Amino acid sequence: MGHKTALHAQHHALGAKLVDFSGWEMPLHYGSQVEEHHKVRQSAGMFDVSHMTIVDVSGAQARSYLRHLLANDVASLKQKGKALYSAMLNEKGGVIDDLIVYLMTEPDTSGEWYRVVVNCGTREKDLRWMADQALRFDVALTEQPELAMIAIQGPKARQRVEQVVSESRARLISELKPFVGQESEGWFIARTGYTGEDGLEIMLPDDEAEAFWQQLLDAGVAPCGLGARDTLRLEAGMNLYGSDMDEQTSPLEAGMGWTLALEPADRQFVGRDAVAALKASGVEQKLVGLVLTERGVLRAHQKVVVDGLGEGEITSGSFSPTLGFSIALARVPAGTGSSAEVEMRGKRVPVQVVKPPFVRHGEKVFS
Amino acid sequence: MSNVPNELKYVASHEWIRDEGNGVVTIGITDHAQDLLGDVVFVELPDLGAEVAAGDDAGVVESVKAASDVYAPLSGEVIAINEALEDAPESVNSDPYGDGWFFQLKLSDTSELDDLLDADGYAAHCEAEG
Repeated sequence: MGHKTALHAQHHALGAKLVDFSGWEMPLHYGSQVEEHHKVRQSAGMFDVSHMTIVDVSGAQARSYLRHLLANDVASLKQKGKALYSAMLNEKGGVIDDLIVYLMTEPDTSGEWYRVVVNCGTREKDLRWMADQALRFDVALTEQPELAMIAIQGPKARQRVEQVVSESRARLISELKPFVGQESEGWFIARTGYTGEDGLEIMLPDDEAEAFWQQLLDAGVAPCGLGARDTLRLEAGMNLYGSDMDEQTSPLEAGMGWTLALEPADRQFVGRDAVAALKASGVEQKLVGLVLTERGVLRAHQKVVVDGLGEGEITSGSFSPTLGFSIALARVPAGTGSSAEVEMRGKRVPVQVVKPPFVRHGEKVFS
Repeated sequence: MSNVPNELKYVASHEWIRDEGNGVVTIGITDHAQDLLGDVVFVELPDLGAEVAAGDDAGVVESVKAASDVYAPLSGEVIAINEALEDAPESVNSDPYGDGWFFQLKLSDTSELDDLLDADGYAAHCEAEG
């Protein structure tokens, strides 16, 4: 059996269909992943994401280290708690992982430290890479495996959480700005997520997770599994590591160009030369959204054919519960316009090419 | 454990068959099959009047997770299809042996009914598949 989170007994009691996810036994759904998806778009759902890897970065050179390690620039974090989405690249400019980093202290203060959340499936290589890159910096990397993490997402998520937490935590949540996290009585509460809805990600000690989960259940927050998490992030146009990008993919060809901080020009982050060279020479491929309004479901690895330009591939595809038809992310020739064809079950089917996201705050956003 | 009604017959490809008498059968996919697929979002049914042979493709069921062929478990003519599945594919999940039926056949050879699995046989088959 795989690793179990602090909420394993709760999942079992709720009748979750448990699946192996990178060595962790995690809920796929609790009955219907489509219903769970709708709960998040319409009110509030919660996800056990305790399998994700939390690494705290401290020490006198924490900032210089992260400015070397990450393709986005932590120097842009000007406020305590502010979060940044970044790729961690190898020397060839391929994506080792994508991650969120929070500035945990006031910027430019002694004792400045950061919290980094990386993917579970890449934990070992990430930790090894981060440790290797840390050798010439005065930093300490501290994994926090005893922290559980619960994501509460949806238009009513913050309101529901405020109902069940202490007064000081509730006040913090009501004042929390998007993409900011703050500590409160031993919990780290961040207004971040992976669904395209408002919501929170809360990191708390393992031994407090079960009681909090139960309070959220009692407050009407729907438990949601990895199935709904995937359709929600796909609608929100958010990449999934290992599907939409990997070590062989440049962020420039994975819709992540906006996360590359090439200014200031003298910041020598890992992979900089490779991405700068590719940017100068021009990319051959790009990540786009596909929409199939007829019946059928676009799936990962289906071939995309672009008339006159060549071929591409779907990197993530599914049925969109919010839209009622299928959507996908696909890597296609850079010159692709507004239409393409997908080979599905032996047939070529015309699809619309759009710029993701597909859904934000419950509404269709592409045209 | 999934629901395997005793009054139905089954095939190893996870379709169920209800003998309606007079050589007519109703066909759908089993509770076990819908559980493996997860939320069903599209169902493609055979054409009315089509002649199918046992083992032929007779439709596709697409869930959020995967697409899966539906096979004709017996030979005959398609005399009814469940058009309600177009707007309510989730019936396949919520009521696989009732509202979630797929199509009806007028059998060309009723002796084929003898080749089907009974509930115990099908349950044992699912068990063996793991």
